[in-house]
Amino acid sequence: MNHEYSSTEMMAIACSRRIKNDDIVFCGTGLPLLAAVTAKMTHAPHCVIFFETGAMDPALLEIPLTVADPRVMYKASYNGGLADSFSYMQNRRSGSSVLGILSGAQIDIYGNINSTLIGVYDNPVVRLPGSGGACDVATSVSRTFIFMKHEKRRFVEHVDYCTSPGWIVGDESRRELGLPGGGPDTVITSLGVLSFENKTKKMYLNRYYEFTSIEEVQDNTGFSLDVSQAKVEVRPTPNELKILREKVDPLNLILE
Amino acid sequence: MSSTSKVMSAVNAVNRFVSKGDCISFGGFTVNRNPVALVHEVLRQRIGKLHVVMHSGSQVLDMLIGAGLVDLVEIAYGANGRFASTCVRFRNAVEQGVVLVEDYTNYQITLRFMAGAMGVPYLPTYSGLGSDIVKKWGLSKDLREKRRSLPNEKLIVEEDPFSKQPLVLVPAVNPDVTLLHVHQASEDGLTRIEGLTFADIEQARASKHVIISCEELVASEELRQDSWRNCFPHTLVDAVVHQPFGSHPTACYLCYDYDAEHLNQYRELAHKDEEFLEYLETHVYRVENFDDYLELIGKEKLEGLRASQELGYRARGSFG
Repeated sequence: MNHEYSSTEMMAIACSRRIKNDDIVFCGTGLPLLAAVTAKMTHAPHCVIFFETGAMDPALLEIPLTVADPRVMYKASYNGGLADSFSYMQNRRSGSSVLGILSGAQIDIYGNINSTLIGVYDNPVVRLPGSGGACDVATSVSRTFIFMKHEKRRFVEHVDYCTSPGWIVGDESRRELGLPGGGPDTVITSLGVLSFENKTKKMYLNRYYEFTSIEEVQDNTGFSLDVSQAKVEVRPTPNELKILREKVDPLNLILE
Repeated sequence: MSSTSKVMSAVNAVNRFVSKGDCISFGGFTVNRNPVALVHEVLRQRIGKLHVVMHSGSQVLDMLIGAGLVDLVEIAYGANGRFASTCVRFRNAVEQGVVLVEDYTNYQITLRFMAGAMGVPYLPTYSGLGSDIVKKWGLSKDLREKRRSLPNEKLIVEEDPFSKQPLVLVPAVNPDVTLLHVHQASEDGLTRIEGLTFADIEQARASKHVIISCEELVASEELRQDSWRNCFPHTLVDAVVHQPFGSHPTACYLCYDYDAEHLNQYRELAHKDEEFLEYLETHVYRVENFDDYLELIGKEKLEGLRASQELGYRARGSFG
């Protein structure tokens, strides 16, 4: 097997490592799903994957291409509807064990995400899909991971539209607004892994990949990052790569 | 058929229960159980000025927008997973200002249907607090006053009278008509869905009229054997249309998979006005009914989409 790896593979594996055995993982499709399935096939066999469409803990024999793909229904422990999955997250008893994995077009230093449009709301330059369930997840679950392509135009001072609230303007602002869930925990990008400072809730560089550098991360970020704690993320192990390529996405539907 | 039969052709069902200017909702979600056959009929009858309320819209919404039949959309998500990162005609229409759009979240849209179904004016949630979904409005107060199907406010942030904490109040919606594609239905309007129901049940309960298309038309007796598996009371249903493969090119769990090739081709052609109009001409306007459309798609293609009874979908290894 080729031990060289792509940035996409590194992202999936970096995320997968941070999923715990007792997590209930809310997933979209694409890279977040590859990460969750990889975790399930390596160190976190008991983590549960579920989808906003209402499918809980299916046997994912094949990678679904949307969250309504019939593949999310096979051998699920429960097939319900949207009302089931969103109330599961909003309910404090069940929602507080949920890890949500999101992605977006823009993100700011407090992890507020835009997936609605570029430009102004009344007259957008680019119209994007919109929230879907992302805002609901960002509002309710105990912690969120966010996948981002690491580019200056995406890591911005102010998002054009706040679709999914993160730490708002930092410090206690999220709690003061009455948001019940825990907020952003980790941002996994094409260049590294970022976390949020405990008190100020500002994003800082936690890990960079062996093929990137601290300078490259900062150069591709539209705001100033604290990089004082940054270390190198361990490269994917042969076993992680093997599972990801041969078991999780053998047809290269997402990794391509 | 007895005199109580609700079975009719798609032509008659759409003609009787869908009108110009209606507030309309569609069942299914992205690549699954879109009421495609019924929407083809809306397209053929050119029923326009529609107000669409939708959680995660894709194929049918995109075609209706592209055909110029939609005035405004209240929506949470206008994409189709890996098949369209943003639905192409939807995106173009919003960027060009041809369609007015109001953004909600999937949970908010679900709650809007649920409130409508329950007969209450709104339901509360935390979703939306701190976001621009609450702050930025796509539809003006003026328009809201003119269009009877729109709530007079998008969302309201209000203090919970019990805890004194902030809450988002989401207004009810009662669509004029909802179109659903389901697995089984009977002539008196019993319906059965296998697998995920998405928000179909809330949508039907909230609506003034409901049109069902079904893969299989079965005896009412049969569906009354285990009636707890039925979706909602048959009295809510106005029309039943028997249409196998009625959600092609989207999937119907246990019956057939989505047609990935068709969906990918659609995304590409949707980028070009001429090719998109040609698609509508050949696949919708120039065919008499959905069976003719299915003939155009081809028997071999459709047979190749049939789901494994064990898996509920078509194993990828078994494609061509």
